[in-house]
Amino acid sequence: MFKELGRFLIAFFNQLGQASGMVRSAAVWLFKGPVEVRQTMLQTTRVGVDSVAVATLTSLFTGMVLALQAGVTMRDILSEPLYIGTIVGFSLVRELGPVLTAFVIAGRAGAAGTAEIGTMKVTEQIDALHTLGTDPIRYLVIPRIAAFVIAIPVLTLFANVSGMFGGYLVSVHSLGVSSFVYIDDIKTFIKVGDLMHGFIKSIIFAFMIAVVCCYKGLNTRGGAEGVGKATTAAVVISMVLILVMDYFLTAILQAVGI
Amino acid sequence: MIQIKNLQKNFGRKHVLTGVDLTIKDGEVTTIIGGSGTGKSTLIKCIIRLIEPNDGQILVDGKDITHIKSALELAQLRRNFGYLFQEGALFDSLSVGENVTFGLKYLTDTPKNKYAAIAKDMLALVGLKDIEKLRPSELSGGMKKRVALARVLATGPKVILYDEPTSGLDPIMSEIIDELILDLKKKLGVTSVVITHDMKSAFEISDAMVMLHEGKVKLAAPREEFKKSKNPYVKQFIEGSSQGPIKMTITK
Repeated sequence: MFKELGRFLIAFFNQLGQASGMVRSAAVWLFKGPVEVRQTMLQTTRVGVDSVAVATLTSLFTGMVLALQAGVTMRDILSEPLYIGTIVGFSLVRELGPVLTAFVIAGRAGAAGTAEIGTMKVTEQIDALHTLGTDPIRYLVIPRIAAFVIAIPVLTLFANVSGMFGGYLVSVHSLGVSSFVYIDDIKTFIKVGDLMHGFIKSIIFAFMIAVVCCYKGLNTRGGAEGVGKATTAAVVISMVLILVMDYFLTAILQAVGI
Repeated sequence: MIQIKNLQKNFGRKHVLTGVDLTIKDGEVTTIIGGSGTGKSTLIKCIIRLIEPNDGQILVDGKDITHIKSALELAQLRRNFGYLFQEGALFDSLSVGENVTFGLKYLTDTPKNKYAAIAKDMLALVGLKDIEKLRPSELSGGMKKRVALARVLATGPKVILYDEPTSGLDPIMSEIIDELILDLKKKLGVTSVVITHDMKSAFEISDAMVMLHEGKVKLAAPREEFKKSKNPYVKQFIEGSSQGPIKMTITK
């Protein structure tokens, strides 16, 4: 058992080291050469624009269910659906907006990125990049990191708005809360700091997803089966990391008062 | 001139190259033959530093390239080299035209407005036309390989490393590729290193031939000398006989 654990730990730290090495090379390339503008724009479109519908839809229903649950609970406890706007707003802006958006993008764009880079790896296209004078870090990784870091916070913002709108629909049309009260609950209690809290999280999640997905793609081995394994691993690792990091980030951000 | 001295490469416990000594002369076509898994691809990938050898030296014009670490030096090395991948390795996400001109941006100072004309010329050189807008997924295996060759030629390398350039091509196209390799040698003095299993093509294009077996050079000699060699390994391979010192088995 100790042998197994040891092997796991060695593999884990080995991969962590290699992924850090990749981030370091990305930082070096970022300062050294021109950024691949076209690739970055293409990836930002793929990650961002193409994911607007799925991100907002997910969040819309999350906002709706939050309002419904909160409304029913409040009605049971206080016999009136109070502070629904605040509950929905807080939950979305600080937690669910960033986390759910990161989940959706990891499953959609992250998986696609790993599969694409993984296929390039097993068909020698990554080697071809080297022989043609560029570097996969510069040509593939930096544009993807940039795309994720640009797109995810913006999508999170869309998700927040859409979720609050979902909460509004349920509150006003189903729970009988007046629209003024719902909006006022949001405006009175949610501060810029709360938005910052979610924004910082979403940037860190974005960076993490991009690094995991690119790393897994670049280290794909073993043909089509390998691509499948790498893609699954990338999505699973991203999702677990999002949840684990979410706790620690919340703790840190609260400690510094954001 | 490329001089390879005692080159060794292991992948884990698997020793692929166990001490290769070889000299590749400028302006010549050197073909490398040998059974599958004898390290031919590994050898030429070491020359262009896609693979880092464990030990030994590769001197390109007297300079050892095995220890190059900086991206700048690697880029300089690769400026002089072209590599034709076995399956072409075209970029799926780009059109044929963009594939052919891909290296121009990174390896040359060619202005962008000349890219279209270069793509057309290079494709014509390998017998293709009007396919710039197509995607690699729309091409046949043979066409992919020719587009990949056009991509190699576009940057004007001094040394081209070919990993089985004629495998998967019909006999006529194979002949055309062979003629192209010879043409590049005659007109531009390009040095070629060709991995092949096609003995007819090897005898047609080679100035020198090399037989690799179990990660070592069994024989490196000028073509005629190689043809007449009494070396049992070489003889068996040239004749394509299952009887001889090279043992290959079908694993069940």
